[in-house]
Amino acid sequence: MRQTITTPLTAAQLQPLRAGDSVTLNGIIYTARDAAHSRLVQALAAGELPPFPLSGALIYYTGPCPAKPGRCIGSAGPTTSGRMDPYTSELLAHGVRGMLGKGPRSAAVIDSIKEHGAVYFAALGGAGALLAQRIQAAELIAYPDLGPEGVYRLTVADFPAFVAVDTEGNNIYDLGRGNEIAG
Amino acid sequence: MREVAVNEISRVVEKLCIEANERLPADIRAAMEQALAAETSDRGREILSLLLENAATAATEAIPICQDTGMAVVFVELGQDVHLTGGNLSEAINAGVRDGYRTAYLRNSVVRDPLERVNTGDNTPAVIHLTLVSGSSIRLTVMPKGFGSENMSRLGMLKPADGVAGIKSFVVETVRLAGGNPCPPVVVGVGIGGTMEKAALLAKTALLRPAGSRHSEARLRELEEDLLAAVNRTGIGPQGLGGRTTALAVNMEVYPTHIAGLPVAVNIGCHATRHATATI
Repeated sequence: MRQTITTPLTAAQLQPLRAGDSVTLNGIIYTARDAAHSRLVQALAAGELPPFPLSGALIYYTGPCPAKPGRCIGSAGPTTSGRMDPYTSELLAHGVRGMLGKGPRSAAVIDSIKEHGAVYFAALGGAGALLAQRIQAAELIAYPDLGPEGVYRLTVADFPAFVAVDTEGNNIYDLGRGNEIAG
Repeated sequence: MREVAVNEISRVVEKLCIEANERLPADIRAAMEQALAAETSDRGREILSLLLENAATAATEAIPICQDTGMAVVFVELGQDVHLTGGNLSEAINAGVRDGYRTAYLRNSVVRDPLERVNTGDNTPAVIHLTLVSGSSIRLTVMPKGFGSENMSRLGMLKPADGVAGIKSFVVETVRLAGGNPCPPVVVGVGIGGTMEKAALLAKTALLRPAGSRHSEARLRELEEDLLAAVNRTGIGPQGLGGRTTALAVNMEVYPTHIAGLPVAVNIGCHATRHATATI
């Protein structure tokens, strides 16, 4: 059964989730990849205001394709989350509560997730064409010089994902270990 | 001597960039369908089935299969009897990539300098591999190489004493370290022999061979099959969430090498491992 999650993320929504749960995401989410994360963390260190409100935010690790005429965005699936690990604790400390990407996270990120009651969601890697259909609006709001790596404010509806790491640190990628098949 | 204007090459490269990004190769689709039939994990089956649906949507809607439309790797097999006219071949290929990525709304994913990291804004330059062959045709292959998979590739300079066991261990360990990051089920290209860069190129070329095809030499065919079985025994599964299907294929290419060396390169391709070919 899919749980519906609507941003901004709250403890009441996140705490009941368990690794492996399927969810449907609705509302506003923000994109950011390597370069944007680097700038965000630098901005925070310099005491500057980030380009979007971090409190309760869900960050989607994606660099979308440009939109064809008549659409708001091109293919937009998740990129490998592990590359954003070095920046994550800082963002969680400043109020970010959700991340959406693919692939496992480091032990430090898992600890930070537990410390701040955040959730790491995973979307289907490589399904950029399907996932784009669940994005209703897209607006570039920061770092236009980064092109597809800029920060987009996306409005999503019925965006499918699953809980990869829940607020207690249960980790779906751990469940995969020890999966060796005999024979 | 056959004359070919380079702008004809540009037009074909442009078309191939678009085709490769929007249409899953037939052999990959067949391999995915077989994997779906054989997969025992429920989540694994769901993932494979959605990925096939994604590919169908991409083809119907004429949008990229994946948002990572890759760095363009272009293989050119140029017949020796061709005389290229009207400009520089590399520039013509890059013009084709530029036009293809612009007209089909593909993503610009290339930075000019690996340290400064400023986007070139047009997905050029491509990485071009040019081989002279006999005859008067030009065979062009465009492989948009996404970096989720590329980043999980590895190269090792093994010792001759490491032998087949060492090769197997290196390949399987590469896939294990990659886990879910390259969007399994993957295609594993293995290059053995040559020099360091030759082994790497062999591995990438191996990714172009149809999934499900085997090496023509019996002992290498057996090694490919052993490796495929070993990789699938890791249980990494679709998206790294567990299952029987970690790789769709292991393709291997070999080349003579030095008496002191056993270079082994493993180039990982994702479940789409996109490419398109045309002959002029």
